[in-house]
Amino acid sequence: MTAQQIIFLIVAVVTLGSALMVVTSRNLVHSALWLVSTLFGVAIIYALLNAGFLAVVQVVVYIGAIAILFIFAVMLTRKEQLESGQRLNSGWWLGAIIAVLTFGGLFGMLQSWSGFSKVSTDLPVGFDAVGQLGNALTTPTGFVLPFEVASVLLLAALVGAVYLAFNRK
Amino acid sequence: MNFWNDPLKIAADWLTGILTGWGMPAVAAGILVAFLGTLLLISLLMVMDIFLVWLERKVVSRFQDRIGPNRVGPFGLIQPFADIIKLLIKEDTTPEGADRVVYNIAPMLSMMSVLILWAIVPLAPVILGVDLNVGLLYIIAAGAIGTLAIIMAGWSSNNKFATIGAFRQVAVMVSFEIPMVAMLLIPTIFAKTMGMNGIIQAQNIPYFILSPLGALIFLVAAIAELGRAPFDLSEGESELVSGFNIEYSGMKFGMFYAGELLHALTFGGFLAILFFGGYRFFGLEKVSPFLAIVIFLAKAMVGYWVIMWVRYTMMRIRIDHMLAFNWKFLTPLSFVLLMVTALMNALLAGTSVWVYSIGMFLSNVLIAWIALEIVRAYSRNEREKVEAPKVAAEAHH
Amino acid sequence: MIPLSWYLILSAALFSVGLFGVLARKNAIAILLGVELMLNAVNINLVAFWRYGDVSLMAGQVFAIIVFAVAAAEVAVGLALVISVYRRRNTVIADEIDLLKW
Repeated sequence: MTAQQIIFLIVAVVTLGSALMVVTSRNLVHSALWLVSTLFGVAIIYALLNAGFLAVVQVVVYIGAIAILFIFAVMLTRKEQLESGQRLNSGWWLGAIIAVLTFGGLFGMLQSWSGFSKVSTDLPVGFDAVGQLGNALTTPTGFVLPFEVASVLLLAALVGAVYLAFNRK
Repeated sequence: MNFWNDPLKIAADWLTGILTGWGMPAVAAGILVAFLGTLLLISLLMVMDIFLVWLERKVVSRFQDRIGPNRVGPFGLIQPFADIIKLLIKEDTTPEGADRVVYNIAPMLSMMSVLILWAIVPLAPVILGVDLNVGLLYIIAAGAIGTLAIIMAGWSSNNKFATIGAFRQVAVMVSFEIPMVAMLLIPTIFAKTMGMNGIIQAQNIPYFILSPLGALIFLVAAIAELGRAPFDLSEGESELVSGFNIEYSGMKFGMFYAGELLHALTFGGFLAILFFGGYRFFGLEKVSPFLAIVIFLAKAMVGYWVIMWVRYTMMRIRIDHMLAFNWKFLTPLSFVLLMVTALMNALLAGTSVWVYSIGMFLSNVLIAWIALEIVRAYSRNEREKVEAPKVAAEAHH
Repeated sequence: MIPLSWYLILSAALFSVGLFGVLARKNAIAILLGVELMLNAVNINLVAFWRYGDVSLMAGQVFAIIVFAVAAAEVAVGLALVISVYRRRNTVIADEIDLLKW
């Protein structure tokens, strides 16, 4: 058991535990805070996968913006008295069966794949992931077109969200 | 390589040697030594935090033309200890109906988000926690955790003033992150790296000469991120009875307060690193790492003094004016500055250092002048609109 | 060293938990929380395949970044819709927003 494996096991248990608390917590604000813990665990997984830039961007975008947005939305749509009602709807057992079947199906399908237990090769010396990523996102033979389309998508989402949530008095 | 040139490595090797000599496996010894190093850094930071409490009170008293604490010890130096003892012996209350776990974790998260920033701060060329190659984004990530701590504090207090204060504070912090990120990209353009050590090593000319407007906008955005005046609407006693801090007493409030002071010093340090050359001072830092630490702390203190100066001179800004200032003025200005800097960097890429510096400096001055002209024209319009109807009303009589 | 299977199993488990959240929760915001979990699971998958495949092919990381942007856009618009519905119908329970049913 190398140190990396121990770290991975701890982080995986924390991430999955927090994810379970997200979907089963009685209090919705607690769900949002457990989501923050899950997102942090995922950021650590990115760091373990040598994707340091993605780890930091995960914290900035997901925890710093999306999780805060969730907490704001939960606080703005709370009805004061009905804090702890039924949190799972009537067909929840069917949802649980489907989730377990999905996991089983994915696991079975992946196990029959030849590269399932591949071990990672070391990164080439002097590999600059951030520089290469920047290169990929801005060269025409790379991914500059999806990059630009993503920014147009974000602009559309920005305008749409402001218009929808605008309180016309 | 002796102790005076590379203290951290010598100490770490010596300690690891002792531990493996006692029979510890090498991996565990490495982890323990790293843990002890982190503990040392955090202890030194907290001791400096105590000193900052004294410094803040002395400086504010001088700005307000009085003497400040001078009873407890020479020049009042023991005053922070008296403050801490008072905070420690206060009763540890939790308001009724508050969410206990979230209420107690929030001050810890707030302090944590400040302490983790020091992992990437280079105190000397060889003394730094981690030479992260995405150091600048790490600053924003730590700020995101601080924002979360404030929302947790405000919501879990079960108090309407606290919730409104926390919402306002978080709205300000999230809004001012945008000009700050844009200004963090300017040293990246100049130094071609996001790592802190790389940025300092590339500053043969300090970047506040190449981009003074960038340093200024970074300072303004940093003061808003810190939640200090003039952007402290959530904490103003006359507005919201100290905002998200209301229900916190004793050492939990001490965590928020001391965390805010340390945060201000940290951002003074970042201003020094990004725009004023960090630990560099005309080659003096090569003499010894300890001298580099002194130089860096001196520059950070100067930055902290500027932040204090702004706090004790300016009035508080109203929340809608604050947000309008960010979205209608700072954000467009910072984006224009970023684009012009990138353009000038590409145009002047091969030229000599003098042409590059003067070109950058003049482009900054030009943008600042144009922005001020636009603001002047706008305010002139507003003034005329406000003053016009009175003339028409008088003409009726 | 960590075999690829560990990351894939973690990603599949996270996806299933998110799927359970979407299918079984009543509150519309809780459903969006489940969707976020699913998007994160997909991202772990993408980055793991980037790392364990050819590291010089940046498509894995670029895809992950586009997923970040899409998730942010979707959460913003989704929560704006939920808040808008809350203002009109005074409820966020998904089962009660059923005016269009026949």
